[in-house]
Amino acid sequence: MEVKNANAAMLSNYEVFKLLTDLKEQRKDAGKSKHSLGQQDLNTIMYETLKYLSKTPCSRQSPEIVREFLTTMMPQKLTKAEKLQLLNQRPQSAVEIQLMVEESEERLTEEQIEELIQTVAGVLPGDPEQENAAAADAEMNGGAEQS
Amino acid sequence: MMRKAAGLVVFNVGLCICLYDITKLEDSYIFPGDGASHTKVHFRFVVFHPFLEEILVGKIKYCSQEGVHVTMGFFDDILIPPESLQQPAKFDEAEQVWLWEYETDEGAHDLYMDQGEEIRFRVTDEVFVDTSPTGPAAATPDNAAQPGQSTAAPAEESTEKKEAPYTLIGTICEPGLGLLSWWNN
Repeated sequence: MEVKNANAAMLSNYEVFKLLTDLKEQRKDAGKSKHSLGQQDLNTIMYETLKYLSKTPCSRQSPEIVREFLTTMMPQKLTKAEKLQLLNQRPQSAVEIQLMVEESEERLTEEQIEELIQTVAGVLPGDPEQENAAAADAEMNGGAEQS
Repeated sequence: MMRKAAGLVVFNVGLCICLYDITKLEDSYIFPGDGASHTKVHFRFVVFHPFLEEILVGKIKYCSQEGVHVTMGFFDDILIPPESLQQPAKFDEAEQVWLWEYETDEGAHDLYMDQGEEIRFRVTDEVFVDTSPTGPAAATPDNAAQPGQSTAAPAEESTEKKEAPYTLIGTICEPGLGLLSWWNN
């Protein structure tokens, strides 16, 4: 075997998630055929990778969402790697954004960082469980005195 | 062969996950003396190979003097060395756990890096070890016993630690890095 290109293209977590999910479906269907000896499960690495990705923001994304995200990101002048990280990680705080955008203090104002947080939160779906917990927290603290 | 590649590390490329697509199938040939048919296949594989400086999230597998060992489930060989932990850091021998001696107004508050905790880190380095049969790692001395010699194993066996073919080195020494629970409101 000869490696022609060690880095042919960068894939988003979503693309890998979709690929593995499709493969899993294919094998499930193959398992139903009378010719197979039984259900052909995904091999370990594919199964573990799918398991990991299903707990990340990419599991709630779609081609349309990714396209919308990239379009919204165009005026921001971020590198491909930075946009990829925002897409994969869905940062929710300024601190997280600053980790993923190189020299963010020089390139982004506080308002721009806030804008990024809003865009990310708005375009990329969040974890419904996490959001329900946060809403419940807010309700509980609603009665507390504002200091 | 493509199916076998999944789960394997290709030297200087990364961890193979699954086939992405086949880009070209060349003509099949049968060579004289060889009954099998050979077809050159051009394909692309999905590979796990984070770029340097990339931010990733994993889980703490265990701690040792070497540092904090992190796993992502499908990939296990991630190490955060002691100097790359949030400082000041201390290794608790009894509990076998690293902790961050976090300074507050009330004094130091120890934050433990427990097994199973989700941890956000930055990739700072990668190490590929050539574990192929023709690679340098394969050069081991012949241990076959000579006639007349006892075949009993030596009292102290040097355990050849199986080196991981691909290791990621990371850091958590930045605001926002480390246990997710440290930074979640």
